[in-house]
Amino acid sequence: MKENYYSTEQLLMFYRKMVLIREFEERVKFLFLEGTMPGTIHQYQGQEACAVGVCSALKKGDIITTTHRPHGHCIAMGMDIKSMMAELFGKVTGCCRGKGGSMHMGDIEKGVVPGIAIVGGGIPIATGIGFGFKMKNMPNVAVCFMGDGATNEGTFHESLNMASVWNLPVIYVVENNLYGASTHVSLVMKVEKISERASAYRIPGITIDGNDVIKVYETAMEAVEKARSGGGPTLIELLTYRITGHSRRDPAAYQPPEEKKKALENEPIKKFTSFLLSRGVSKEIIESIREEVKIEIEEAVKYAMESEYPLPEDTLNDLFA
Amino acid sequence: MARLTIAEALREAIREEMRRDENVYCIGEDIGIPGGWGGAFTVTLGLEKEFPDRIINTPISEAGFFGVALGSSLIGLRPIIDVQYGDFLFCAMDQIANQIAKLRYMSGGKVKIPIVIRAPVGVTGRGAQHSQMMEPFFHCLPGIKIVVPATAYDAKGLLKTAVRDDNPVLIFEHKLLYGAKGVRSESGSIDASSEIPEEEYTIPFGKAVVRKQGKDITIIATLLMMYRAYEAAQILEEQGISVEVIDPRSLVPFDWETVKKSIAKTGRVVIVEESPRRGGIGAEIAATIAEEMLDFLIAPVRRIAAPDTPAPFSPVMEKFYVPSTERIVQTVKEIINISS
Repeated sequence: MKENYYSTEQLLMFYRKMVLIREFEERVKFLFLEGTMPGTIHQYQGQEACAVGVCSALKKGDIITTTHRPHGHCIAMGMDIKSMMAELFGKVTGCCRGKGGSMHMGDIEKGVVPGIAIVGGGIPIATGIGFGFKMKNMPNVAVCFMGDGATNEGTFHESLNMASVWNLPVIYVVENNLYGASTHVSLVMKVEKISERASAYRIPGITIDGNDVIKVYETAMEAVEKARSGGGPTLIELLTYRITGHSRRDPAAYQPPEEKKKALENEPIKKFTSFLLSRGVSKEIIESIREEVKIEIEEAVKYAMESEYPLPEDTLNDLFA
Repeated sequence: MARLTIAEALREAIREEMRRDENVYCIGEDIGIPGGWGGAFTVTLGLEKEFPDRIINTPISEAGFFGVALGSSLIGLRPIIDVQYGDFLFCAMDQIANQIAKLRYMSGGKVKIPIVIRAPVGVTGRGAQHSQMMEPFFHCLPGIKIVVPATAYDAKGLLKTAVRDDNPVLIFEHKLLYGAKGVRSESGSIDASSEIPEEEYTIPFGKAVVRKQGKDITIIATLLMMYRAYEAAQILEEQGISVEVIDPRSLVPFDWETVKKSIAKTGRVVIVEESPRRGGIGAEIAATIAEEMLDFLIAPVRRIAAPDTPAPFSPVMEKFYVPSTERIVQTVKEIINISS
């Protein structure tokens, strides 16, 4: 960790974004469980360093694809949490005007393709965005977020092969949280590291601690700069843990208590808070950021709840351009 | 004016559109290979000479390169996807049905998906996996337009419209109508060539063509079946039955106006389709006619379709499978007999 290179301001920006994701998700979970919020949710608690570390390495014009678990990526890309909260409530002010919901959240203006909620479905799309950047000689990169489970899909292999053959500016980010829904990775793949799979396509594959936001940022930065300067794709495996259920009311009983306990000790915000304190950032500053974030979220909830629903017949719009 | 086959007319349309707009490119398997075929049916033959960077030959990864096309369209490129056989669309089905067809809608109308998918169809001596008519699988899928050109003139004009459309468009091209030459020529082909005007033209979607005027009965048919229907109409004409043949040219959108006008005149309608009867295009057309035109009908709506089986290989069975001119003639006579 080259922590001395970072200004306190930048470090607090990482912290703020991670806490914003955590508090957003906790608030959403509450709203969902109390029955206020419709639909289903796949949440990001525990994986915040992945989204924040990677997205902080991007510039305006870069584009990401996300998954059925998109909230963290959307926030890390700077999407307006009011429009996100409104989308979760199915309101017309939502980022997809109520047509997307939790799983299809996105805003192309902010560089987020609407969430691709079919596992593996976004991998070729991100590859195509990178292909387009290259064809149009644009100085941008595409980042493809996926989970461990997606690397068993055919599209993963087809995409890495094409990105390699065509030397595309795409960074494949595998957030390995050990579980595809309830299935542990060890039951569905023999490789010790998912990054090994990159070698089949002669793409560099790296495995790092995905709960260390600075490490994630630095690794992403290197891959992004490489891709931007014509050096081609990289696969980054981020080792992390989902400290909530897969979806909705899932109590995650398949996660052994010991494993869970260890994961909670190693969770990214706790880890980064200790680091900030060791850097001499005061508890008060850290606490004030948390409070600010909570206020911001309450404003978003209020905005969402007070927003109008779409008209029922709005169902018929937005099919064709 | 020059007489062109469908393959040549499509090639000309692609060339013109690629010259007009540098965002247009082709992506698919076995395209742009010097000494190769120009796709399975020669449509892109030689285009790589003029556009070396925009005829993109892919690995055999249908889901992969359909997704690549989609991703590239999100940043303003306008891909024309070339599929070797329509049957292979199933390999890319998630990308087509879940992503390409839905992304605009689920974004609340914030993204545009200008993608053209060209796919050869037709029951043509290849057995079950290289012969399917794919229209019914996509006809029920909101978010994608479907075009079915039966002549070279239509192929060129409709493809140009498709490339300029900001939405996904699927073009089904019939293997027996391409007029592909040399090693890629197709036995049993029908001449679908047209005189192509020198000046540029496009053809709007949702505008049917009345291929033959008639007053006793309306036949709706596309692609190869349009030719069979036309041939049947000629035979029936000699026997005193006046048949109107409608070629819808696009299935989504569909020109109900022309169809309804015709049925209002004839009171009888037959839909001919090369795909299995169950859940086919004919079922949808017949249902709508029953809902909205019943008062005009003087005979039941009839469908002439393939049986509900995969396409067989043996020429004897294949001939049985695909609706023939004779079957159309016979069915029309039956309808006329019960309703006169």
